[in-house]
Formats: sequence, structure tokens, C-alpha cells
Amino acid sequence: MAQVELRGVTKSYDGRNTVIHGIDLDIRHGEFVVFVGPSGCGKSTLLRMIAGLEPISGGEVRIGGQVVNDLPPRSRDIAMVFQDYALYPHKSLYDNMAFGLRLRKTPEDAIREQVMNAATCSCSTSRCRTLTPQLRNEMRTEIKRLHQRLGATIIYVTHDQVEAMTLADRIAVLSAGHKMQYDTPDAIYNRPAALFVAGFTGAPPMNLVDCTVTDGAADLGGVRVPLPADLAARAAGRSPLKFGVRPENLRLASAAGDIAVPAEVSLLEPLGAETLVTLKLGSTEMVARCPASFRHPPGTAVTLHVNPMHLHLFDAASGAALH
Amino acid sequence: MTIPQGKGLIVLAAAIVVVNGFFPAVWILLTSLKSEAELVSKPITWWPHDPTLANYVQAFTDQPLLRYLGNSFAVAVLSTILSLFVASLAAYAIARLNLRHRRLILTCIVASSMFPLVTLLVPIFQTMRALNLLNTYTALVLPYTVLNLPVCTLVLVSFFQSIPKDLENAAMIDGCTRLGALWRVVVPLAAPGVFTAGILAFVNAWDEFLLALSLNASASMRTLPVGITLYQGEFTFPWPIISAALVVAIVPVAVLIAVFQERVVGGLTQGGPEGLTARGA
Repeated sequence: MAQVELRGVTKSYDGRNTVIHGIDLDIRHGEFVVFVGPSGCGKSTLLRMIAGLEPISGGEVRIGGQVVNDLPPRSRDIAMVFQDYALYPHKSLYDNMAFGLRLRKTPEDAIREQVMNAATCSCSTSRCRTLTPQLRNEMRTEIKRLHQRLGATIIYVTHDQVEAMTLADRIAVLSAGHKMQYDTPDAIYNRPAALFVAGFTGAPPMNLVDCTVTDGAADLGGVRVPLPADLAARAAGRSPLKFGVRPENLRLASAAGDIAVPAEVSLLEPLGAETLVTLKLGSTEMVARCPASFRHPPGTAVTLHVNPMHLHLFDAASGAALH
Repeated sequence: MTIPQGKGLIVLAAAIVVVNGFFPAVWILLTSLKSEAELVSKPITWWPHDPTLANYVQAFTDQPLLRYLGNSFAVAVLSTILSLFVASLAAYAIARLNLRHRRLILTCIVASSMFPLVTLLVPIFQTMRALNLLNTYTALVLPYTVLNLPVCTLVLVSFFQSIPKDLENAAMIDGCTRLGALWRVVVPLAAPGVFTAGILAFVNAWDEFLLALSLNASASMRTLPVGITLYQGEFTFPWPIISAALVVAIVPVAVLIAVFQERVVGGLTQGGPEGLTARGA
């Protein structure tokens, strides 16, 4: 069983500045976990610590129940695909594929059999360095298929949130060496635990504006949005706050249970399949994803509808979600 | 064809360098094919009138030239291998490991190559005598190795630094130790650098005279540079024979460089994957 457990893992290069801050993670056997975050957030460092390429400054890494902190990479029974260099340039393709097997003292005829078998099914894969968007998509499907076929525990590092959403069983969102949230793609997207996660996921990302909460409603500088009772209760007495709603949850058509918010069209960005509409709500501006048929000119007053379940509040100082 | 202004000057400079470098070698070769009588005849003849190989036969019979050749070869090869081995480790440590004072270490290595050999001669001689190593290959292999370390290390550091770290990391995940990754991946990829350092070390050891004369004085342990000085008598200078011996000394090095240069260039241009060519190897 290849489950991976991280307990309070920290990393410091110089003993003074910590770059990874006490990360706890449980990765189940056969799970596909994606580390995602902006560049410099520590996701690659964390991966390299799990692989054994970076020493661990504090905490514990276990693979298959065994503490591997002091095991060299070769003894951790892992494989790693690097971002830039996939092959040893001085070896033939065959020798590249046989390299690991030879180091494990596999008999030469067994190596030949394994390499030839692998070659027949993997000759279509290529290096995923600077791939065109189309190739990236193909690569993504290929990786997902590979995971389904192998059933191996896979940790994948990317700064691309679309890749993270599509590939992962669970996503760990990292920022500045802190774990912001570790959950399923659905939970990451729909119930972001932190302001950072809300702003990082989705394209365009979640609308996040300053607000104050009084009498069970969020005040967006003139426009009051009634909040669900439990959310309003949690927000009571707190400030400053951030109000969040995803662009696709701001709709023109109403559904049962929706609340209505008056707004004014300020900018249109037709994308073909849909139109991104920038709207004024009180003193704030938000983006709504509208059907491509939306053609109201700037200045038009419209009524937006939103399901109160899709409203988010965050503590602006700590970034924590109030749900 | 008109040569653009400025470029003509470069061509001229190149021509001077080539002539200056090759003329002595060519003159030695021509001299080795002349008889002694022709050499001293006036006016000077450029091309041998009556080319002869007698001088070569004489060179091998007057002195044990083959023995000298073997000694030189043994000492140069051993010290080159040893230099490359130690320099690879040192260069890897400087290029890759998180060493404190890396620059200082590198500076010290460079500085250590600045001592004139003469100042080291007596201490080396006394050390070798104390160790009872005079008139052995070891007496020359050890100092040559040490003397070649700075230049080999410097060459290898810059080559090692140009090799992507991820390839090493991949090797370590595939099952190599750090040293295993160095020998199996880094050194082979730095082959052009390793050959360059190797050629420098070999030529230095092949040409060395002072230590060879002082430490290995016995007839059976002499190297080529020392042996070649023995053709002259107190009043005689058999130039054609000396020239023949010199040609014998030059040819192996020239062949070695030619062969390995081909290797180096071949290694550079052979269809390496995008990765290596992309980094401008």
C-alpha cells in the first residue's frame, strides 16, 4: 500500500527563514493528488521533499507507513517525472527505459521484455515541457488514463488550476509555504476555505469585494444583499469582511429561493460561447457570466439573481472563510 | 572574393599564429629526414634532397627510446586518469553541493596553480625520497596529478554547472546514489569537458621535464623529454637524430588530440534530444 502521510513538514534552507510551514497531508493509496499554487508557493519543494531530493527540516514524511525522512530517493520506491528533462540525453531510448531496471539488478532478458512491452504502449507520449494548449489537453487525458490503468498513488504539481481541477481526486492548494485547503476539486471550488483559494480558482476567479454585515445583510456600499441566517450570524461583529460570489452564480434569470440584487451594466466582454459582463453593485464591481445573447449596453439597469447558498464571506484579515 | 576590412586583419593574425605554431614542428620533421651532411651544407636546403629514415633507426638504437616512450605513456595516462577522477569529485562538490565558501575554495585552487614548479621541486624530491619512491612511476604520477588538478577542476566545474540538475535527480530516483548519478549521468554528459581536461592533463604530463629529470634519474625510468636530451654528446649535436626522437614524441600527442577532438565534436553534434541541444550544449 502506497499511502503518503505528511506530519508537520517544514523546510528551511538557511535555518532562519522557513519556506514550508508545518504541512499535514494524508494521501490515500491509489489517490491522484495535485499540489497547486502560484510559483514560489513551495509546491515543488514539497514534492521534492517527498521524493527525497530535498532534506526535510522538520516533521515527518511516511510512505506506505514507513518514515522515509532519512531514506535516499532510490530507497523510497517512487518514480518522478521532471518538468524539463524527461530523458538522459547520452543514452538511447532503450537504455533510458532500462536504466532504472538495471540499477535494480533486474536480469537483462527480463529488462528487454519489460522495455519492449512498455514501448509498444507508450511511444505516443511525449515530453510535456512547453506544450501547446492542445497538446496539454491531450497530455492531461493521457495522464488521467495512465492513473486509471496503473492505480498508482500519484502526486502532480502544477500552477494551472484547470489541470488541478480536471486531474485530481483531491487538491492541496498552497500559498507561501502554507497549506490553504486540501479537499476534493468540488469542495475547493464550491466551498473555498480561504480567501486565497477563492481568488485562485475559477476563470474568471470569484468576485471578492469589501463589505460590512449589518442586520443579516451584506452592505456593498449602497446595495444590500440579504444573507442566509447562519452566515449572517457567523459574520456578526466581525470586520473587515470580504464578500464573494462566483461569476457563474450571478444570473439574469431567477430561480426559486434566489435573492434579487439591483445592478448596472458597465462593460461587456463577448467570448463567443458566453459574455462576461462587468456590473456595478453599489460601490463595487463584479463580473457575471452571462449567455452570449446578452446585449444590454453599458448603463442599463438589470436585476441579478443569486442563490444565497452561493454567497461566501471571508475574514479579510485572516483570510478564513466563514462557513 | 574581397575580404571585408577588419576581417583581413583577423585572417592575417590567424595566419601568423598558425605559421608560428607549425613552423618548428614542420622544420623538425624535415630535419629528421635529412642526413647530417645535408643539414650542415650551405646554402640551407628546405626540402630533404635524399629523404632517409636512418635517423629514426638510429634514434631507437642509440637510446632505449621505446622504453622512454612507454614510461612517458604510463606516467601520463595514469596521472590523467587520477586527475580526472579527483577533479570530477572536487568539481562536482563545487558545482553542486551547498558548500560554504565555494568561491574561496575555487580561488585557493586557482592560486595553488600559481606556484612556480621550481619552488616545489625540492620539497617534492625530499618527500619522494623519504617515501622511498624515487625512480618509480608513482614519483611522477602523484605530483603530475596534483599539478593538473586545478586546471582540470576549473574546466569540469563549468561543464558540470551546465548540466541540468533534474537529470541527476532523475538518476537518483531511478536508483543511483549521488556518486552513482555523478559517474553514470553527469560525467558522461560532461564528456566534452572531461576530454578537454583530460587532454590538458595528458599533454602537461607528457611534456614535463624538471620533475622527471630530478625524480626518475635511473636509465630504465626516464621519460621522453629527459631521454631526448641524452642524444647529444659533450661536443656533438646529432640534430637529425634528435629531430627524429622529437617526432616520435610529438606524434602520439597529436594523434591523441586529433582522435579525441573528433570524439568531442561528435559528442556535441550527435542527435542529442531537444533537452540538451536546447540548453546550447
